[in-house]
This record gives sequence, structure tokens and C-alpha cells, in this order.
Amino acid sequence: MIFSNILIYFVIVPLLTLGGLALCSNKGVKAVRAVAVTGASVLVMLAIYLVAYFLQARAAGDTSEMLLQSKVTWYAPLNIELALGIDGVSVVMILLSAFIVFAGVFASWKMDPLPKQFFLWFFLLSTGVFGFFISIDLFTMFMFYEVALIPMYLLIGVWGSGDKNYSAMKLTLMLMGGSALLMLGIIGIYFHSSPEGQPLTMNILEIAQNNAIPHEWQYYLFPLTFVGFGILGAMFPFHTWSPDGHASAPTAVSMLHAGVLMKLGGYGCFRIAIYLMPFAATEIGWIFLTLTGISIVYGAFSACVQTDLKYINAYSSVSHCGMVLFAILMFNQTAMTGAVLQMLSHGLMTALFFALIGMIYGRTHTRDIREMGGLMQIMPYLGVGYVIAGLASLGLPGLSGFAAEMTIFFGSFEHTDTFRRVLTIVATTSIVITAVYILRVVGKLLFGAVQNEHHKELTDAVWFERLSTVTLILGVAAIGCFPNFFAEIIRYSFDPVVEALKAVGM
Amino acid sequence: MPLSYTILVIAIPLLMFLFLGLAGVKMGKKLTGVLGVCAMGVTTVIAYAVALTYFFGTGDGQIVDGVRQQLVLNDWTWLKFSENLVVKLGVLLDPISAMMLIVITTVSFMVHLYSLGYMSDHHGKPEKGFQRYYAFLALFTFSMLGLVVSTNIFQMFIFFEMVGVSSYLLIGFYYTSPAAVHASKKAFIVTRLADLFFLIGIMVLSFYTSTFDFKALMANPTNALASAQGATFMGCSVMAWALTCIFIGGAGKSAMYPLHIWLPDAMEGPTPVSALIHAATMVVAGVYLIARMFPLYVLEQGAMDIICVVGAFTAFYAAAIACVQSDIKRALAFSTISQIAFMMTSLAVSTADGALIEIHEGYGLGYMASMFHLFTHAMFKALLFLCAGAIIHAVHSNENSDMHGLHKFMPITSIAFLIGCLAIAGIPPFAGFWSKDEILVACYAKGMGWGLWMSMVAGLTAFYMFRIYFLIFFWKKHEIHTEHAPADQPWTMTLPLIILAAISIVAGFVPAGELVTWDGAHLHTQLNWSVAGASVLIALVGIGLAFKLYYKENELPEKMKNALPNLWEAAYRRFYMDELYQFITHKVIFQNISKPIAWFDRHIIDGTMNLLGDVTNSASYAIRRLQSGSIQGYVFVYLVGALLIAAVTMICVMI
Repeated sequence: MIFSNILIYFVIVPLLTLGGLALCSNKGVKAVRAVAVTGASVLVMLAIYLVAYFLQARAAGDTSEMLLQSKVTWYAPLNIELALGIDGVSVVMILLSAFIVFAGVFASWKMDPLPKQFFLWFFLLSTGVFGFFISIDLFTMFMFYEVALIPMYLLIGVWGSGDKNYSAMKLTLMLMGGSALLMLGIIGIYFHSSPEGQPLTMNILEIAQNNAIPHEWQYYLFPLTFVGFGILGAMFPFHTWSPDGHASAPTAVSMLHAGVLMKLGGYGCFRIAIYLMPFAATEIGWIFLTLTGISIVYGAFSACVQTDLKYINAYSSVSHCGMVLFAILMFNQTAMTGAVLQMLSHGLMTALFFALIGMIYGRTHTRDIREMGGLMQIMPYLGVGYVIAGLASLGLPGLSGFAAEMTIFFGSFEHTDTFRRVLTIVATTSIVITAVYILRVVGKLLFGAVQNEHHKELTDAVWFERLSTVTLILGVAAIGCFPNFFAEIIRYSFDPVVEALKAVGM
Repeated sequence: MPLSYTILVIAIPLLMFLFLGLAGVKMGKKLTGVLGVCAMGVTTVIAYAVALTYFFGTGDGQIVDGVRQQLVLNDWTWLKFSENLVVKLGVLLDPISAMMLIVITTVSFMVHLYSLGYMSDHHGKPEKGFQRYYAFLALFTFSMLGLVVSTNIFQMFIFFEMVGVSSYLLIGFYYTSPAAVHASKKAFIVTRLADLFFLIGIMVLSFYTSTFDFKALMANPTNALASAQGATFMGCSVMAWALTCIFIGGAGKSAMYPLHIWLPDAMEGPTPVSALIHAATMVVAGVYLIARMFPLYVLEQGAMDIICVVGAFTAFYAAAIACVQSDIKRALAFSTISQIAFMMTSLAVSTADGALIEIHEGYGLGYMASMFHLFTHAMFKALLFLCAGAIIHAVHSNENSDMHGLHKFMPITSIAFLIGCLAIAGIPPFAGFWSKDEILVACYAKGMGWGLWMSMVAGLTAFYMFRIYFLIFFWKKHEIHTEHAPADQPWTMTLPLIILAAISIVAGFVPAGELVTWDGAHLHTQLNWSVAGASVLIALVGIGLAFKLYYKENELPEKMKNALPNLWEAAYRRFYMDELYQFITHKVIFQNISKPIAWFDRHIIDGTMNLLGDVTNSASYAIRRLQSGSIQGYVFVYLVGALLIAAVTMICVMI
């Protein structure tokens, strides 16, 4: 019975929250908040329990690739199943998502107008995210992926700011373009999922086991799936939805989008593109490696000259997420572990950034750093939060970014060929460029004299804002201080992928 | 005291930082200050106890065959990269780390105490960020202590970053002042650039040796170097590249030319911070790094030569600039750069081929001298900076034109400053004499040219220090600009001066040769009278010249300036290095790289996407008439099509 599997509750809880929200009256803001907080808290608790369960199961010697597997067929003609299962990577991604949903609820505490509808879409999006991470069936994954994408259009289009219609349209269309490629890829994989004469399957583990996708087909399917997910992962040159999209999105949506949704891209790249098509990955991975290498430096340099806080962060995300895909394409355990650490780190840190930007914007009504200054004197709490987020972003030891980036660099440097070495060195230069743009924005925004006299009357963070930011800061510090705890959960999940890559001569 | 208590020395400042950082806002100034000073006092006592136990104890395994051992006291796994490469955090005790514990805690304690008075007000107004200040001081002390006890090179890198950030926070302490913000940013970015090379160096080194651990690396340096198996890059062995990269990392923190540009600007921070971070402790991190990896460097002569040249050049370059600076803190900053360069050079003149054996047994003289000078310099330079702080606090200005003739008003400060100057100038029996003498001996052993060059710089040192001294305390009668006459500062500020002055007098008698050697064995040193005599003579000439020029107001300095206006201007503007950096960062990187990339992104990449959308749009617009919904139109098209097909069929049939 599938309901005895705890994983399914990661989908059921958001759906129940949806139901609860639907029952609230349009005017009852308090009830809406209560339901949203309850839903988010339950998710956090479930996620923590899941981590504990995972650690315990692994400690007890359960070495199966995916834990907590169960499946229900829901469309027999195409062998589509609701197949669940998790490994270390999914566990930490679920944990990350739960924390960001939790923080996001508090960050949108005063959401106006239509709070009820906002949270409805917000939780629908969360449903998709969790569903994606717990599925191991290609089609189910794809379905949840779409569930996560579509609400974005409305969330930005209705609750956004600035040129929101354009941004929402652009973001949705570009990501839909990615989905189209992905759909093609998945269909292709499905029809080659099993050797001749055996029933086809959508189950990722079975496809990997069969290893039946012909090499010449992998040349087509790998780019389709990798680019499909890569668009969501903001890979150069398919990243342009990100700056506009983030700039227009409301705070909590930016948080969830940069914090979790962009991670679906990296996760999908490794779980589907590389794992299922290792041959093509080793043969033509270098093309994408070059693109991600460009992403890292390109995003960082672009961020240096932006004046809108959200644009700075969007470009910074291009750089940091580029690092994720870059590390995944390095095909070794260390670098890939670093990639997941970077996803966690970037998720929390960027969510923190967007939360703070939202809070600052809510007060000053501008995101242009040229119009602000000296905010540290006026809102020290938000200022300190911003500095911490900045330091995490530029890689201060003790905060999350450092551990993740170092793991990536040292993992990438394990390769001895000049091409990868040079790319690694190029990627490392981002630590300097990141420092440049982070310190630039911190210096202009928080330090110096107060630019606008009206800003002097502004107030510092209130309780729900503090709760939201503290949650994220604690997460950032936890990863930064005890990275090995997370790395050990993640590391061995890459054994099957690395094995598969080795088998084709990586 | 058991050596395992060393961990407390590091833990207390960390806890203090967390406590003051989180609860400081709620606490009063007095409580914060007293708590900070007390915690640092306890830390200092433990550090002394541990260091003395290490140096003079004979506990289990401390000394084997007369050689002091490196002891790894703790080593926790922080992050596993792979099976071989494991980052650990731990405590390593050996002669130099024990010595550094003493240096850091002493200066830090003095600065904590001194800051009670100095930071109570800012140019007459009550200081707002007092709690924040003490929290940052504790953070810095923790980071610096963590750095010196590193058991592996990655831990060193971690704490390099940590001290970099603490330094950033403290330079930018007065964050409402744009100059401070700019200086802190510059300091962080320049040292970050250096750290990038450090990181690359570590990556290369650890790739070939499969370890980060200092003990494993130094146990057999020849093997460690051979592990690259002759791999080369652009004609040099990869190990030479790795070590040079690591040196660049150290050069960034230690302000070696051309990465020194951040240090003079860092003087925007509060003066006690300059004393602690930018004179005594953090800036020697680079020297310490090279010293820590000395057995590797000494076998890689190529890297050593680079260090030697950079060090010798920087020593002169900075001393020359120090001669013309009018801002007292900036002059001291250049003096610091020059002195650190002395230490660097001293390390680098050591050679592995035994050329020095004739003068001293073993080739570790330069190493010993460097570490010895690090110790004495920390004391007298902290003294000088704290004196400068007292003066600045009294006259509310950094310019020596606002000082002049302060001797009568601030006698204690004046004498303390004089002791500092005598120590740095190398006049016996003050501390600097002994350590600088060893450095010069080591340099002469490398070659006459090196020795003469460094002696000349030593003379210059005496000159510029006494120039500052005379300009501040004499020159002419003091004109009182402020509301009340300048005077010696309260006891919290004077006491540290007296203590550090006392240390500066006696520190030279520490038997460094017996305690701080590269291999832990005794190094027998004796005064080399010819070198010592010559260097004292040169120093006296420098002092005499300064006396002649600056003791009493006269025309000579102005005449000299007018005689060589271009040279003077160039030195005053620090030989235009800052302008060069400004040009590179603003004009080249910002205008010619970042801006075009951002433009490219918005107009080409994004433009392509928009174009796709627009093309789709206009294409739909163009063909939308086909779906007009009017039946006549459809019937017409249908008929035309049918007729056409019929016609084509007919023609085909007929043919």
C-alpha cells in the first residue's frame, strides 16, 4: 500500500494544505496564515524525520540504491507508475525545499492582495517540487516538474512587480521550451528503455539497469534532456529568463524559484541526462562543460555592473548555478558531491538574499542601489543579515558557500587533462569576482551615508521577517560549519552514476 | 599546564565573539569591555602557560634527542573531499606556533585593554559600535590563533579567509565613512586575489602529494617534491609553480610588492586595530606560511629566489615611501611593509646547499632570524601604533603637521615612542637590534650584495622612524587646535604602552636560537661584531640625519623637496601604484570587461530570445487572416484549390 510510504506524504501534505486554504474565506487572512504555517511546519518535520530515517537505514547497513521504494501503476499502456524512492541527494534536496517553503511562508506574511490565492499557488508549486524529488519514474517526474512550473506564471503575473507580464511570459515560455525538449527526450528514452523484446519502462532505476539506450541515440537524447533541464538551471546562453523573472517575482516566489526550482534543473541533469546516458555524457559533455564554465565567469562579471538588487542576485545565481552544472559534468564523486552541496548552499543563501531584498524593497520601494545607502544605520538587523548572506555568497569559511565551492574545485582538479584543468582554474577566479560584486553592493547599500532622508524613518525587521531570515541563516551556518554531515549523506548516492560513467570509459 | 589546554586558547575568543555578537546589543558598554578584556586576559594566561610548558617542559614526547617535536594535539575531520584529501581542523604545536600564541595573545590583550579608553569616544562623540568592536576583535583573535595552530595547509587557507574577513570588518568599522568602506573593500579584494593563487597552489600541491597535512608533507620534503614525478608546466616543475602560487597567497596578506596597496589604506580602521591586525599579527601571516612550509621551500630554490627578490625590493620600496609620508599611520604602515619584507628576505636567503655552514651550523639562521624578528617587531610595532593612537586621540588628527612639539604635553607617550623607534632602528640593547642583526648576518652569508642592500634599508629605517619621531614630538612649539591641550591618555591606554615598551627593551634577550629553529634543534648564534657594528653605525647615521633635518624647524627639508620635486612627489604618491590599480580595476575590468558582458547579455543573448518571440508574434499576426471566420472566404479558397488540383490533374493526364 503506497500510503504506508512516508514519501507520499510530501505530496499529500501540500495538497491537504491546498484543501485547507481553499476552505478559508477570502477575508480570513489569519486562517490562511495558520493553515500555511501548519502545512510548512509539518513539511519541515517530515523532512527532518526523513533525514533521520535515511541516516539510520544507512547505518543499519541498507545499501540499496534507493530507499523507501514503492510503486503504483497509474497508466498501464505506457507503463507509467507512481514510483517513489530516495537516495542521499533527494533527501537533502527535500530538506532544503522544506526549509525554504517554511521561510517563504513567513516572508510572504503580509502578502497583499489575495493572500489566500497566493498561498494556494504557492503550495501547488511546492507540491510539484516535492513530487519531483521523490519520484523515480520519468513521466511522474516530468508531470510534477510541470506542476511546479505553471504556478510560476500566475505568481509572477499577478503578484509581481515592474514589467511583470513580460517577465512572467518570458520565464514561462522559455521554461516551457525546455519542457518540450525534455518531453522529446523522455519519449526517446522510453522507447529505448529496454533491450529488444522486453517490456518498456519509465522507471529510472530499471532503465539504468538495462542500459539499453543505443549509443547513436544517446547523442540526440542527452542534449535534449540536458538542455531541457539546463534551461531551468540557468545555463548560458539559456539563462535570460532569470534576471527578468526574478526581478518581477514577489519575494517568496523568488525564494522558492532560486532556492528550489532552479535545483530541479541540476538534479534532473544528473539523475536523468547523465545517469541514463553515460556514453553520450562522456562523449559530448565537454560542450556543456564549456558552456557552464562560461556561465560561472560570465554571470559573475555581469553581476558586477548591475544596479538593481534583484538583477545582481539573478546574475549571481547564473554564476553559482553554473558551478552546480559544471561540477556535475566533472563526473567524479567529489565534484558531484560538491555540486549538491552547492545546490543546498545556493538554495539557502539565495533564498536569504531574496527574502532580505524583498524586506528592504518593502520599506524603501526601490531596488536601485544608487538610490540607497547607509541602511545599516537604519535597519541593522536586515543589514547584518545581508552581510551574512553576502559573506556566504563570496565563500567565507563557516558559511555554506565555501565548503561547497572548495569541494567542487578540488573534485574538478582530480582530472589531469589540460582542458578540465584550465576550466577549473577559470572557475576558481569567480571567487575574486564574486567578492567584487558582493562587496560593491554591500558597500553601496548598507554602508556610507544615508542617501535618502526619508529612509531615516524606516523600521527594522519585525518578528515574522526575523523568523524567516533566522531559519535560513541557521541553515547556511549549519552547512558551513558541519559540511561533512551533509557530504556523507550525499557522497555515496553518486556511486551508481560514477560506476556507469566508468563503465563507458570515463 | 597540560598542552591539550591549547584548544581553550582558541575556543575562548570564539565563544566571546558569539556571545558578544549575539548578546552585545543588550549589554552596557562597560560590561562588554570588561568582559572582553577579562576573557582575553584568561586566554593570554593560558597561552603563556601552554607556550612555556612547550618550550621548557620535558613532558612525554616533547623533546626527542634534543629536538623539539611537532605535536598534533587535536585533529577533527571537517570535510572529506575524497579518501585521501581530508580537511581537518586541529591544533599543531611547534616552536613557531607556540611563539605565535604568545605574540598574538600579548598584543591582542594589550589592544583589548587599550581600546577601553580609545574606543570610548570617536572624535569627542560617544562611540556607537563599542560592542560590535569587541565582538570583531574577538573574532579576529580567534581566526588568527586558528591560523597559527593549523595542522594542515587547508586549515591555514580557511583561517586566511577568516582573518581576511575580520580585517575587512574592522577596517570598515566606521562604516559611515566612505574612505573606510572603500579601504575595507580594497583590502578584502586584493587579499582575495592573492588567496586565489594560494588556493591554486594548494590544489596543485595536494593533487600530487595527496595530502594537506603539514606533518606528512614536512616529514619527507624531498619525497613530497618528487611526487610530481617531474611534471612540468611552462618549463618549470609544477611544484615550483605550486610553491610560488602559495607564496603569492602569503604575499597578499603580508603586503609584499605589488600586492601591498591595501595596507596603507587599511589605516582607515581604528588605530588599535591597525596595531593588532595591520602591524603585529595578520600581516605576518604570509611570513608564517612560508616558515611553516620552509622545508619544502628550501628545496625548491626557484621559488626561494622569487621570494628573495620580492622581499628585498619591497623592503627598500616601502622604506623609501615611508620617508615622505605626512600621515603618521601611513608612514608606520609603510614601515611595517618594509619590516615584513625583512622577514621574508631573511627566510628566503636560506639555501639548502649548506653554504651557510661556515658561519653557523645548519642553514636555519635566516629562518630563526626571521621568526625572531617577527616576534620583536610585533612588540615594538604594536607599541608604535598604540602610541600613534594615543597621539591621534589627543589631537584628533592623523597629519604630523597638526602634531609637532608634543613632547612637553605627552611625556610618557613620547618616551614610549622613542623606545619603539630605537628598537626598530636597531640600537642596542633594544629588541630590534638583536633580531635585525641576525637577519643581516644571514643576508651577508647569501652574498655581499644582499647584505649591503639590506643594511642600506636598515639605515633608511632609522632615518624615517626618527623623522616621524622628531616631527611629532619636536620640530616646533605645539599649536593647540582642540579645546583642551593634548595630554597623556588615561591609564587603560598608557599601561599597554608601558608594558609594550618594557617588552621592546628586553625582548632581544630571548634566546631565540635555542627556542625557535626550523628543525627544533638548538642553533648556536653569536653576535657577529663586524655586521652588528656596521649596522649600528648606519642606524646612527640615519638618526643623525633625521636629527639634523627634523629636530628643529628649518628650511632644509623644504629645500630637499624642491631639489628633487618629481622624486618627492612620486614617493609621496607611493610611486603611482594606486593609480595603476585604479586604472586596471575601473578602466579595464569594470569598463572593458564587465560592462560589455552585461551589454552583450541584455542585447545579444536576450535580444535573440526576444527576437524569437517577436518573430513568432509577427508570423502569427501575418497568417492570422487565414482564419478570418468568413464562410465566403473559406469557400473561395476551397474552390480555387479544387480547381487548381483539377487543372494539374488534367494536365498530367493529357501529357
